[in-house]
Amino acid sequence: MTRVVAALGAVLAMSGGAASAADLVPSGKLLLTGGVTNIEGAGGGGLASWATITGYETRDGIGANIHATNVSLPDYKFRAYGAAVGFYDRVELSYAHQEFDTGATGAKLGLGDGFTFKQNVVGAKLRVLGDAVYDQDRLMPQVAVGVQFKRNDQGAIVRAVGGKDHQGVDYYVAATKVLLNESLVLNGTVRLTKANQTGLLGFGGDKDDSYSAQFEGSAGYLVSKRLLVGAEYRTKPNNLGFAKEDDWFDVFAAYAVNKNLSVTVAYADLGNIATFKDQRGLYVSLQAGF
Amino acid sequence: MFIRRLIFVSALAAASPVAAQVEKPVDPYVQSNANAGATPFTGEQLLAAFHGQDGVGRIVDATIDQGIVDPRTAEIFKATDLVRLRRTLKEQIAYLLGAPVTYTGRDMKSSHKDQGINTAEFNALVEHMQHAMDKEGVPYRAQNQLLSKLAPMKRDVVTR
Repeated sequence: MTRVVAALGAVLAMSGGAASAADLVPSGKLLLTGGVTNIEGAGGGGLASWATITGYETRDGIGANIHATNVSLPDYKFRAYGAAVGFYDRVELSYAHQEFDTGATGAKLGLGDGFTFKQNVVGAKLRVLGDAVYDQDRLMPQVAVGVQFKRNDQGAIVRAVGGKDHQGVDYYVAATKVLLNESLVLNGTVRLTKANQTGLLGFGGDKDDSYSAQFEGSAGYLVSKRLLVGAEYRTKPNNLGFAKEDDWFDVFAAYAVNKNLSVTVAYADLGNIATFKDQRGLYVSLQAGF
Repeated sequence: MFIRRLIFVSALAAASPVAAQVEKPVDPYVQSNANAGATPFTGEQLLAAFHGQDGVGRIVDATIDQGIVDPRTAEIFKATDLVRLRRTLKEQIAYLLGAPVTYTGRDMKSSHKDQGINTAEFNALVEHMQHAMDKEGVPYRAQNQLLSKLAPMKRDVVTR
């Protein structure tokens, strides 16, 4: 639920009249059926990667979007931006740059004021079967397999806190289904990962250095053509001895201003992060594309 | 004089609605409700949300009216007998919503085999119907219920 933008002001200013004109551009999918962009840059929800291929193009074209996301937590700030391209509603390639800013908390952790972990995520996704939207007479969901290559820029710190590596690869299988008769959007994803806090604190750890299967679930209700509200849950490994890692949860509202712009706002509970508890806050993500 | 002629022409047009409603002949086919392409909803609630068969009629007319002017879809309708399309589409939608009507049109595969419709055009037609349902005041939830019957028809309607 996240596709982003350069200038929010300009965007909101054009929401009224321009929206109906934009509805007439010759592009494929129906509103919101391309999903938004998750924190790792993949087409999906906010926290979860979905089986949908990003953008509004159909099997006859190439769609793309850019996104920017900000999560304000009590002791940290998370920022991400990136771009994704969907090819023929079949293949998705994505890039996201993530920054985990420890702000004043950095000094308390002994990292220094404003210490920021940065990570680049390059993702690829292939839709292997089913169609989330059209196959309304079948239970079969749209299924995709994906891979995310992640590289963190703080190898020394990662190892100092018990992490085994500053880079890693996640593999996932996602199943997405739109139930039009119930106006529901459902997704379930299984991810094989070693990532600590999605990789922002490295990969593997002193407690556990093996891959584990984690789950991402999303459920949304289509309130209108433009508005999807729902919740997400994402389980995480717990590889580091110095700090417990919690599962993530959010409630979200994704609003498609038009096919070129969507805004996702969520209240996210990211739990315990690097010994600081109760990291709950506002998630805002903008996505602009075609 | 000009105005008089205009009035005369209008009167003539108004006086010949029957002529305007004539459908072109079609190749013979076996009539069946199965041609509607999906099993209908039961009960009267959903049809009521569409304001009955009158509402369905307005929605179908508005959908086609938009389809023939939207440059994305206008080409599809160029060679189409719109009189017949309006009648059979009204029957089909009403039938799927549970109205006591018979669908007399052809099945989706044979009726679209020469149309050359692609996915984006199919979706544009769905958008036209969504606008028409909005205009009719059909609740979004009920709109999606109808679309759940129409969406799988993409397999037969989209041929390229």
